[in-house]
Amino acid sequence: MKARIAHIASNTFREAVRDRVLYNLIAFALLLSGAAILVGQISIEIEKLVVINLGLTAVSLFGVVIAIFIGIGLVSKEIEKRTLYTVLSRPVRRWEFIVGKFFGLAGTLVVNTFFMAIGVFAALFYVSHKFVRADALILVALYFIVLEFLIICSLALLFSSFSSPLLSAVFTFSLFVIGSFAEDLRNFAGMAQGLSRWLATGAAYLVPNFSAFNVITSIAHEQPVAGQLILQNTLYALFYATMALSGAVLIFERRDLK
Amino acid sequence: MKPRQKTTMVASACLIVSLAASSFVLHRTDQLRPQATLDEVLFLSSPKVIKRASLGYDGLMACIYWTRAVQYFGYRHHYYAASYNLLAPLLEITTHLDPHLVVAYEFGTSFLAPQPPHGAGQPERAIELMEYGIQNNPDNWRLYYDLGFVYYMELRDYKKAAETFERGSHVPNAHPFLKVLAAQMAQHAGEYETARMLWSATYQTTQDELIKQNAVEHLRALRVDEDVKHLQEAVTRFGERTGRLPASMAELVAAEGLAGSPADPDGHAYKLTPEGRVEVRVPNDFPFATKGLPQGYKPQAKFRAMP
Amino acid sequence: MSAIEILGLEKTYSVGFWRKRPKRALQPLQLTVEDGEIFGFLGPNGAGKTTTLKLLMGLVFPSAGSARILGQEWTDPSVKAQIGFLPEQPYFYDYLTAHELLEYYGQLSGVPAKQRKHRVERVLEQVGLRDVQGVQLRKFSKGMLQRVGIGQAILHDPKLVFFDEPMSGLDPMGRREVRDLMEQLKHEGKTVFFSTHILSDAEALCDRVAIIHKGELRGVGAVEDLTSSVQGKVEVIWQGTQVPASIKALGAQCHVTGDRVRAIIAENQQDAVIDALRRERQRLIAITPVRTSLEAYFVEKLQHAETTAGRAG
Repeated sequence: MKARIAHIASNTFREAVRDRVLYNLIAFALLLSGAAILVGQISIEIEKLVVINLGLTAVSLFGVVIAIFIGIGLVSKEIEKRTLYTVLSRPVRRWEFIVGKFFGLAGTLVVNTFFMAIGVFAALFYVSHKFVRADALILVALYFIVLEFLIICSLALLFSSFSSPLLSAVFTFSLFVIGSFAEDLRNFAGMAQGLSRWLATGAAYLVPNFSAFNVITSIAHEQPVAGQLILQNTLYALFYATMALSGAVLIFERRDLK
Repeated sequence: MKPRQKTTMVASACLIVSLAASSFVLHRTDQLRPQATLDEVLFLSSPKVIKRASLGYDGLMACIYWTRAVQYFGYRHHYYAASYNLLAPLLEITTHLDPHLVVAYEFGTSFLAPQPPHGAGQPERAIELMEYGIQNNPDNWRLYYDLGFVYYMELRDYKKAAETFERGSHVPNAHPFLKVLAAQMAQHAGEYETARMLWSATYQTTQDELIKQNAVEHLRALRVDEDVKHLQEAVTRFGERTGRLPASMAELVAAEGLAGSPADPDGHAYKLTPEGRVEVRVPNDFPFATKGLPQGYKPQAKFRAMP
Repeated sequence: MSAIEILGLEKTYSVGFWRKRPKRALQPLQLTVEDGEIFGFLGPNGAGKTTTLKLLMGLVFPSAGSARILGQEWTDPSVKAQIGFLPEQPYFYDYLTAHELLEYYGQLSGVPAKQRKHRVERVLEQVGLRDVQGVQLRKFSKGMLQRVGIGQAILHDPKLVFFDEPMSGLDPMGRREVRDLMEQLKHEGKTVFFSTHILSDAEALCDRVAIIHKGELRGVGAVEDLTSSVQGKVEVIWQGTQVPASIKALGAQCHVTGDRVRAIIAENQQDAVIDALRRERQRLIAITPVRTSLEAYFVEKLQHAETTAGRAG
């Protein structure tokens, strides 16, 4: 069982790489080095701030785009192209397929983020010429970004299991945007009355809460991150991804592959 | 069907458990970071930057910042905070994103200008905000009213208040009372009647619940202040006549020919202390009263210290 | 033990936006396939052949009924390790090479690493793709993809193989090779279940066939048994340039080519035709029995069904 999931995961990774996904790193590297050089010349006390903010935001956005673009096709493309038939005629359970695909995509993003992290630290070194202890916070921000990716991957996979690539992209992207404002959504819900309040609060809890994961601004100012928050974010990401994947499994188990 | 049923059961169980667990963790995280959305405001308080970052969705962002401003103030006010540093930037960002969000200006009048713990204590910034509002909404008479209000209530600059009300009265469809207020400023600025007029006007013309409630509290406080002032004067007169303090409120009432037994707007009778002070029975019910408060009274924060 | 026992599998799709109109893709099907035989599943396009295969593969869920494959419930995942499947017009991960695909599928089928290498090479040899094993599948022609498909179906040495239209997209050489391969599989003791609408292939290969039309089973049996049930025909050739009226009256199909006339007549009309020719003084050249084809059986079965439906409907 685990072997099959691992094989599916590594094949998914292989597919992403051969789809030239990792070429995005070139664009990222160009962006970041361009910015670092530009800012290094201006030198107005905020170079580090710009590099960290820009670098981490780019890591996050690039990754989200990749997660959505690849994620939405993970299942639907296989059904459309009927490559799935010969896979499922083997002793592969449908749920193993979903889980394997998830790990493959997540793995791709982790590898991608790893290379990007090197880029960020390199750019940082270029503008500051040294590392300080506070720079370790960047690793925390990156970790949170990876947690965000896990959630997005699971959502993209969920939508891919029953809807077309275009709709999946729209849904996943919408949830990403709404999730970034999830705390505001809860505030809105708090101000509503009666039935709307219940519905809005329910929606606010169902939507992925990305606000707690976005610490880019504060770590750019060298504010520490509470250990408790790291723990809770990890738990939240795990639970949320499990929820979305369970949904994907339930849907996919039932689907007639016409 | 058996393996499929098993998978269905396991997956359904996972779904429900993880849904509950994630909601629980989310709730805990919220408690860990109250007002966390405001972190950005701390670092990004330039309205121009935020406007650019909104990518054209200014209206929506304005709504979001407006709700944050309300939450921010409400949360801190609950704890009788001593400072509201972020209120001004939040309102400035809101109005910069949407200059026609009139309720934000009104909010500034009611809660930016007054002193803590009931406001941010920044009347100058409130005035800046109002002027910005008037610039962008020159035909909205309410904004002139609100601006004049700040001059009157917080700065006690009756001349400027009169000027502002006068300006406002020339706006098409202006409420007639603007002209009346302008006139009142000139003659009867310091009187209770004028203050009452203003707070009543605010109460009647605003749509926002918080501002309405605030106005009501002020009206109640005015009533108490006025009552206590009259009663205190009665005690003084009594003292001058008899050379001693009245033994009880009943004696004072009888001796000075006052109407009935004096009670505050909640119906509780005013107390007369042995030292001859007139006091309200429950000072906490009248947060804005300046008279009738027991000596050494400090409004109690309802909970522990401000996080 | 039968290789396949289909016990009343049926499938009805709900078509239409509000799921109002049910479309019956497969009527309750009862069918048994014995161990070690090559079984042909015949029918025109849209008859329900692919639906049946998908039901057996677990790709589609039945509205009712069940099946047993190699003695086990068809939904049992362990069954999958012993069967191979080639879908119709298959498509594979085009970013993989043939070798990589077979490796991957071998992994998924649970073939141990040591055996896998050996088997992949052997299969590539068997389907004639050894020389292009390092080429990405996106560059493969339809015929080559078909071979890859066959390869992945037999890679893990399954006891039972399902082919859906295995000859489609192949040139005559390719089709010959596939036929040889299927014979080879039978020789190895495997059971082959394949669907096709090309009757000549079925006739040549199959031990038994089933005919399905519009979701309903029309006939099952050994090829000879089926064809012998159809009335025999005889071909008569004589020298002449026109068809005598008496022969025409018999309702024969006649063709005139040059100075010869060919007529296909029913077996029992043979004597009548010979007499007619003698009377007309036509010179008889040849009388040959026409081997009844499966096609005739097929067409007759389908027409019969149409008329029954016409009368009933």
